[in-house]
Amino acid sequence: MTERSLSPPRGSGQGDAVPPQAPAPVDLRVRRRFADRDRLLAWVFLLPSIGYIVALVAIPFFLAIAFSFSDVTAGDPSFDWAGLRNYQNVFDDPVFWRSLRNTIVFTVVSMALIVVLGKVLANILIADFRGKWLVRFLVLLPWTTPVALSTIAWLWLLDSVFSPIDWVLRELGVIEANMYWLGKPDLAIGSVIVVHVWRLVPLAAVIMMAGLVAIPKDVQEAASVDGAGFWRRMFEITIPLTMPIIAVAALFGAILTFTDMAVVYVLTRGGPTNSTQVLASWAFFRGIEGGDVGQGAAIALFLFPLLLAAAIAILRAVRRMDVS
Amino acid sequence: MAVVEVRGLRKVFEGGRARRRRAHGRVNAVDGVDLATAEGEYLVLLGPSGCGKTTLLRTIAGLEQPTDGEVRIGGHVVNELPPRARRVAMVFQSYALYPHKTVRANIVFPLKAQGIDKAEWAAKTEWAAELLGIGALLDRRPRQLSGGERQRVALARALVREPSVFLLDEPLSNLDAKLRASARDELKRFQRRVRTTTIYVTHDQVEAMGLGDRIAVMYAGRIRQLGPPVEVYDDPADTFVATFLGSPPMNLVPRDGVLVGFRPEHLLPEKLVHGDDRLVVPFQVDRVEHLSGDRHLYGTVRGLGAETRVIARLPATVTAAVESGGEHQFAVHADRLRFFDAGSGERTDPVSVRTGS
Repeated sequence: MTERSLSPPRGSGQGDAVPPQAPAPVDLRVRRRFADRDRLLAWVFLLPSIGYIVALVAIPFFLAIAFSFSDVTAGDPSFDWAGLRNYQNVFDDPVFWRSLRNTIVFTVVSMALIVVLGKVLANILIADFRGKWLVRFLVLLPWTTPVALSTIAWLWLLDSVFSPIDWVLRELGVIEANMYWLGKPDLAIGSVIVVHVWRLVPLAAVIMMAGLVAIPKDVQEAASVDGAGFWRRMFEITIPLTMPIIAVAALFGAILTFTDMAVVYVLTRGGPTNSTQVLASWAFFRGIEGGDVGQGAAIALFLFPLLLAAAIAILRAVRRMDVS
Repeated sequence: MAVVEVRGLRKVFEGGRARRRRAHGRVNAVDGVDLATAEGEYLVLLGPSGCGKTTLLRTIAGLEQPTDGEVRIGGHVVNELPPRARRVAMVFQSYALYPHKTVRANIVFPLKAQGIDKAEWAAKTEWAAELLGIGALLDRRPRQLSGGERQRVALARALVREPSVFLLDEPLSNLDAKLRASARDELKRFQRRVRTTTIYVTHDQVEAMGLGDRIAVMYAGRIRQLGPPVEVYDDPADTFVATFLGSPPMNLVPRDGVLVGFRPEHLLPEKLVHGDDRLVVPFQVDRVEHLSGDRHLYGTVRGLGAETRVIARLPATVTAAVESGGEHQFAVHADRLRFFDAGSGERTDPVSVRTGS
């Protein structure tokens, strides 16, 4: 074996062109590729999303603020300053207060149910059993289906005459006559909440599943050797350790319920007699279907401070819980 | 009465895909182990990674279900019992402290989980913390502790409920080398004081030799040898034990269907080996390493059997000049030789070895 074969073979190009004894003063930056230039890349990658956010979030948001102080209607799009008149009208309207209350009630109740059921479902999903993939697939379906489509399915399930749910309950002898799920205020409110929970539980479950999987296995094992049973492990180990991620799931559940109008729009159209009206649907009925764009914008803007407050509260709570 | 006893223990892991494609990916992690610990004993399970030592420990703890065989703790078969009912305490390799709880809450957790009267918590926690010298750390969280402190918290958590047996799974392997030596010493003194039966898993022979009252050397799911450290070191049952223990490992020289083994420290310059039963062998040294005062000589011996590469370890007290590249007369005492069957690796009867010099 010669010395030569111990060193790597050299290509005829650069090795010979630049003798190692006298390195020419070259600008080494030419060796960087495009992908190595972090500052430039940062802008290139950020720009599309900035453009997207400006076009689809920022502009409509400021437009809504402008409209809420104007008398713009569907029939008369010319912008005239109206001061606080739209807000005045909105506040004088009992349906607005009803919508505000409903929005908060729907959000709080469905968020609580979403977190609890999502947690239970997440535990089922991480368990190891036969046909696990089928269960996971079926569970994720409600979340992947567009809200409007799945709500139409619910519309039929809750139909006043042909409801399969009523049929089953009737056959079981639980009820005598149909329930009119969407016809009575209390049942309609319950129905809307059930649909929200049904469509968001899978999302929450998947988020929480990620948290559960991230708990070190030996911490769980240490707890079981230390004498803890299932419930103690759940409440003293699992839940505290996944709290930040539970909060994220709650935040998603809350925001997606809070801002949603499709469920109410398809299921009840806010009825009966506005008893299920929420801010989003009321803004739509007023601003788009009713044509009073100014008032619709004023109503819709009420979503903003509430959402902001909720998001800040939850994110703060996450930060205060230091778990690591 | 044995504190922990396992009989005919087997644990087979089915590989992930094996359920569908069957028979492939089956691993006999523990393959027929019989073992009993004496009261207050420090038993070390030693073996290379993947030899089944941790699986054996986890099966005793109840974290794994045995495929076959019995686990007895305090004379009762505990196969059907969940971990929490076995009255064992385990220290994990990662310590597995509860990251969201303070040190105090970590130590209290087993007491709480066992339903021990709240009035006793403080006293027991103080006692355990005192014993391990972590009294000042009780209000910290695990991530504010150093590796050594975490290890002590894990021990305190294991200790506080006064278990019938400690199961320690490589508790020193996450510490740096310097800390490991002092932690080893601490562990041993700690166990001397509390006198609780301990089963200790490690792949580090230094830990095993230093800590164990007895060592069980495991390989491929079986116990190859069980005995006090000196016996395992001096009288290895087979070539695996002979070469796994000792650093550098035992030299093995093939000769007529047997392997002649001797420890590196017993191959010494001829003039240092006295007596009639010494065997003088020519040793062609080709490399010398200086390691913590000792000299390790790498080279080839002739005359003992086939020409074989061996290692000699000269203690710091031997100052004889040995330079690499030369042939030197070295010698071994005949009673230091161990003989193994070349085929099976098992110990065999001594055969006459005459080097003719």
